[in-house]
Amino acid sequence: MSIQRTLLASVIVAAAGGTILMGATDRFQAFTTETARRVALRQHPVATPAVVMLETQSGARINLADLRGQWLLIDFIYTRCSTSCVALGDEFAQLQDRLGAPLARGSVRLLSISFDPAHDTPARLATYLQRSRSRAAGWLAARPVTPEGLAQIKRVFGITIIPNAQGGYTHNAAIHIVDPRGRLVAILDRGNPGRVARILLRELGQ
Amino acid sequence: MIIRAQSCSSGSATLLFLVLLMPPVKQALEASLTAQVLVQIPLLIAVGWLLRAAVPERILARTENWNYRGIAGLVLATLTAAYWMLPRVLDAATTVPLLAVAKYLSAPLLIGLPFALSWPRMGFIVRGVLLAELIATCFRLGWLYLASPVRLCNNYLLNDQQRLGECMLAIGSGLLFWLAWKLLWGRFDSLKSAA
Repeated sequence: MSIQRTLLASVIVAAAGGTILMGATDRFQAFTTETARRVALRQHPVATPAVVMLETQSGARINLADLRGQWLLIDFIYTRCSTSCVALGDEFAQLQDRLGAPLARGSVRLLSISFDPAHDTPARLATYLQRSRSRAAGWLAARPVTPEGLAQIKRVFGITIIPNAQGGYTHNAAIHIVDPRGRLVAILDRGNPGRVARILLRELGQ
Repeated sequence: MIIRAQSCSSGSATLLFLVLLMPPVKQALEASLTAQVLVQIPLLIAVGWLLRAAVPERILARTENWNYRGIAGLVLATLTAAYWMLPRVLDAATTVPLLAVAKYLSAPLLIGLPFALSWPRMGFIVRGVLLAELIATCFRLGWLYLASPVRLCNNYLLNDQQRLGECMLAIGSGLLFWLAWKLLWGRFDSLKSAA
């Protein structure tokens, strides 16, 4: 009798546990937070905030929503960074070459948002673009004007920033694609600008 | 004498739980991935293990009907443990309050307690398989954490992740040597206690 009961209890627990594990990993696709936010976007694009004031490298103030109507490639950086942000800067410079035509037409724009606004003044943002060998066309670097704006951006884009032992920050570095309607539609790993360019050119029908 | 031992054990469970609940302790343990995985969660499991002494005899006898040779309890404990091994869950447990509550309740009540109720009933083979699987899990996860070039948790640094990997490999090796030692020179009394 107790064997049957144990079998029944075990099957119920295993079924419930399996269901929970399946739910917690998006059907065994996402075991890390980074994969999870990519998988979630595939099903449900996220609307970017309607009002977040940014100050660009030229000192101009723009609202993030002003950039709607074109495709945006966004990365998150801080100018003191000597590792992933340098790599991301490099990739954006490569994307300027690969996406030359749509950038010139204004159908695509590159945007580097600093999450260290206290330090990253417009002058430092301009230096970051120079250091990354920006060809000027279509690449903005900007910092959020208010702490609330920064918090909103971090939340919506899923950016986690933690201080590291070198006095800088460790952060999840990726390239975020926002469509002309202002929806975050995809997050791509860094290290493959060719793929980013291909995806964007396909979206633009080229 | 038995009653004193019981109240002592459930008292230390309560005390340990309250200490782990203290915000500075919780923050300190969750500041590092290694401490969360190898100190905080194991101690929460220990709380559940100690709670066993507080379970009344009447209820113990009733669970026995549903836990032949400790199998059902083992399934519950291992599946819950598997959940708390997911990197994204370890990540979210430090930032999402609901998951923090789930961790503090499920580690003692769904891992520690059922395991404590089941271990004495398990036979030699079930215990052996469980231990072998525990050692294998230490090696698998340890290797993963040590070798992964990318961070598996957004809230933790890469060197922390690699330290966790090293610690897991060390724990797995320790368990393996202990088990080998016991197999070669030890005595096994589990048949007596399982009967």
